[in-house]
This record gives sequence, C-alpha cells and structure tokens, in this order.
Amino acid sequence: MARMKFLCDAERCIECNACVTACKNEHEVPWGINRRRVVTIDDGIPGEKSISVACMHCSDAPCQAVCPVDCFYTTDDGVVLHDKDICIGCGYCFYACPFGAPQYPQEGAFGARGKMDKCTFCAGGPEEDNSAAEVEKYGRNRLAEGKLPLCAEMCSTKALIAGDGDIVADLFRSRVVRRGGRPDNWGWATAYKD
Amino acid sequence: MSATATMNNRKKTSLWAMLIIVLAILVLPLTGYLYVHFTGTDTVAEKSNPRADTWRQVREGNKGYSAVKGQETNVLIEGAGQNWRQLRNGPIATYGAWLLSGVLVILAAFYLWRGEVKLNHPRTGKTVERWTLNERRLHWTTATLFILLAITGLSLLYGRFALIPLLGYPGFSAYATAAKWIHNVLGPVFMVALFIILMKWFKNNLFTKVDIQWFKDFGGMIGDKHPSAGKFNGGEKVWFWTLATAGVALCFSGLVLDFPNFGQERFVIIVAHLIHILTAMLLMAFSLGHIYIGTIGTEGALEGMTTGHVDVAWAEQHHDLWLKELEQAPQKPRQ
Repeated sequence: MARMKFLCDAERCIECNACVTACKNEHEVPWGINRRRVVTIDDGIPGEKSISVACMHCSDAPCQAVCPVDCFYTTDDGVVLHDKDICIGCGYCFYACPFGAPQYPQEGAFGARGKMDKCTFCAGGPEEDNSAAEVEKYGRNRLAEGKLPLCAEMCSTKALIAGDGDIVADLFRSRVVRRGGRPDNWGWATAYKD
Repeated sequence: MSATATMNNRKKTSLWAMLIIVLAILVLPLTGYLYVHFTGTDTVAEKSNPRADTWRQVREGNKGYSAVKGQETNVLIEGAGQNWRQLRNGPIATYGAWLLSGVLVILAAFYLWRGEVKLNHPRTGKTVERWTLNERRLHWTTATLFILLAITGLSLLYGRFALIPLLGYPGFSAYATAAKWIHNVLGPVFMVALFIILMKWFKNNLFTKVDIQWFKDFGGMIGDKHPSAGKFNGGEKVWFWTLATAGVALCFSGLVLDFPNFGQERFVIIVAHLIHILTAMLLMAFSLGHIYIGTIGTEGALEGMTTGHVDVAWAEQHHDLWLKELEQAPQKPRQ
C-alpha cells in the first residue's frame, strides 16, 4: 500500500504560487482560505529559498491527537482526512499543527470559527467518492480517479512532488545525486562569499 | 656519594617518573581535540550545508514572506503546538482527572469519618440575615455559570474518551457544538459576575490575626474547637483569594481563546490555553470543597445562602465575631 507524501524541493521552488492557485480553483475553496501557501525565507536577500506548504498528512498527526470530537481519520494511503459533519470548529487542530494547515471560515461575530478546512491530498472526505456532498465540503477527489494532487501536477519547476513516499524519495535522491551529493556545488562555499 | 644519597636520588627519580607517566596518561588522550581543532574546522565548514541557515530559520519558526495573507501564513513551522499537545493530552488530562476524582474521594472519606459538623447548641429559633437577596442572586448566578462552564469545559477535554462511547460520534458532535457555544458565550458573563463578587467582598476578605488561629484549629472541621471568625472565616478567605488570583487568570486567558478575531498568534493562544486549563482544574477542585462544606458538611450553612438567614446558634458557633458586630450595630428587624 502506498504511503502518500508531499515533498517540496527548496532548490527548485520559484515562488510562482501556481500550486496555491491550482488548489483554490480545483476545490472551489471558500474565500479567505488557502489550503496551500508558499513561504519565502530571506526574501529579497541572496540565498532566499521558497517552500510550498500545506497539510503534510503526518503519521502521528497532532490534529488527530487533540481533536475533542475525534473527527480525523487516516486513510489506507496515509492521507489524513476529517469529517466536517463532526467538526465543531474549536480551533485545537490549528493550535497543534506545526504547519498551520487547518483553517476556518469565519462564522458569526468575534471571529467565531466555522468547520475546519484543510488540504485533503485531493482525496475528498468520508462521503461517497466525488458525490455532490463530497465536492461541496472537501473539493474534488482526484485520488479516487487515479490522479495525484493538482498542486504538484501543476508545479512549473516540478519542485513540489506528491505521491507514494518511496517513489518521491527516489526521485528526490536522484536529483540530489545529479546535483553533486550535496544541495550545493562543491567549492562554491570556499570560492565565493555569498 | 653515600649509599643513602643514592637511595634518595633513586626515590626522587622514580617519583618524577611516576608523575610524568600519570600526567601523560591524563593529557595524551586529549590531543585528539587539538588535532581536530587545528585540522577539522575548515573541512567541516566546507562540507556544511549552505542551506543549514535556511533550515535553522524554518525550524525556529522565523517569519518569512508569503503572498497568501492570513494568520501566521508566513511561518513554515510552529513547534509550540507539539509541546501543547503533549502537555494537554498527557500530564494535564491525566493528573487533572486524578486531582478531581482524588478530591471527591477525600471528601467522601472525610464525610464518612467526621460526618456533618453539627450545631453544638440547639437552634434558638432566632435568625439573623447573613446574605441579602442581591448577594444571593450574585452567588447563585456565579455558581450556576461556574458549573455550566465546568461541565462544558470538561466535556471538551474528556468527552472524546468518556462521552463518544455513550453518545456516538454525531451525538457527541452535536452536544460538543452546543457545549462550545455555551462555554464561549457564558465565559465573559461569568467574568463579569466574578468581578462583581471580588469587588463587593474584597474588604471582608483581608486576612487578620483571627484567621491564623482559625487555621490552627482546622476551622473547627477537625476536633471540637470553635475558632473565631468574622463574616468570612479563614477558609472562605482562601477561596476568595484563589478566585481573585487563579480565577482572574482563568478569565483573562479565556478571553484570549474566546476572541480569535484579534489574530493572536498560536504561541500566545497555547500559553493562554495551558493557563486556562490549569487554573480551571484548580478552581474546580477547590469548588468541590466549597460545595461540600456549604451543603452536607456543615449543619445550617446552606440555609444562609438559600433563605438568606441563619440561626443565631449557627452564627455564634461559626462566625461569632460577625454576630457580635451585628449585635453592636443598630438592630435590623429579625425574622
């Protein structure tokens, strides 16, 4: 059985935000919510690096552990999904998640949280695959159609890779080997100062 | 050279030899550090990952730039959540349950051992007013809110283990939605009620010398002594100051959690949540004791807070100084 993983190659990501846009369009994500985002470290400084991040579908998911109503479940593919019919919008998964994946539509006064929304690895929710209810609540279920997450499919530099963890790791390893064993070029650190 | 001189020389030589050998044993193994110090640094620097600084920044949760605007969207990793998860799901949930059930067991055992603290003198039939109607309204409003907040709060912490097996997932979800709403809406109301209490009874709850003796005699709960007390005894004062400290912290941390519209960061929320849950546990444990003493623990105590009046015999036994004050003050019509 596959174990689905995301990997973002920081040496390739050019911060084009195509992944963000693709995701928003594919799933008709509500206004104000972005299931994926690109973060740039040292923006504008030589050596800046960008990484695209969304729910990482953790093995021992913190969101799952702290949920008071136990609405999360992990699929056989290792994808962490949640049931919006059970979710009470308490915000605990957002407190616990290291990646800032869970988000909430604002519902009512004082920023009261609605039902949590997050990346589904394009795998929908507990409803019947690609039923109207599933698309409405969670967006398209591409995995059920034999397709991989659209963010990775649309990535212009193939920096973002999604799929079975073993294949993703092999792909990345072959890249690193071609680059010269280290994610840098040998001697550059000695020869050049920045 | 004499024979003794030769012996001395030999002794000296062997002593020095021993010292040098011991020194060498101590120092020689350390030369590796020197070797690495002079030869190792450059190679290590050359082989170090130039991305190390980037990943260090990511790991430390430094803020970057993100075109996606929103709550902390420019942070890649916030590590505090993991600590929060471990504390909440681990020691806090475990010891919290032990604390509350432990207090209940201790109170039950105490009741079995001591029984109700009875009135020593028969009721006189004369009563004095202990709590006015407004004071009683204030007390019972706060108490009702406290119990509702305690039940709904505990449901969010322990409901997953205790209530899902009973109500099922959809059933508990419906209950938890209501519990969350009640908790969020009634929290600020409780805060207002608590602050009125704190202001109203502040002066009566300053500790005096009388309270020291009260504590030495265990408030008359253990033994047959009847320590003196004013309107509030030492135990009531401790409860008051617990509310004035832990209770206030509970309220303010609750506000941080209740109003996410101000965009407070996760670290602040997590710290507030830990303060909230710890102070709540403390107050719930304390409130069990307060409820016990005010109801089945003491004969004639509850009627003060229900009817507003207590028997003079009760007042004499538990709050003698307060009764004296009342008698010296211009008389109010008694019931």
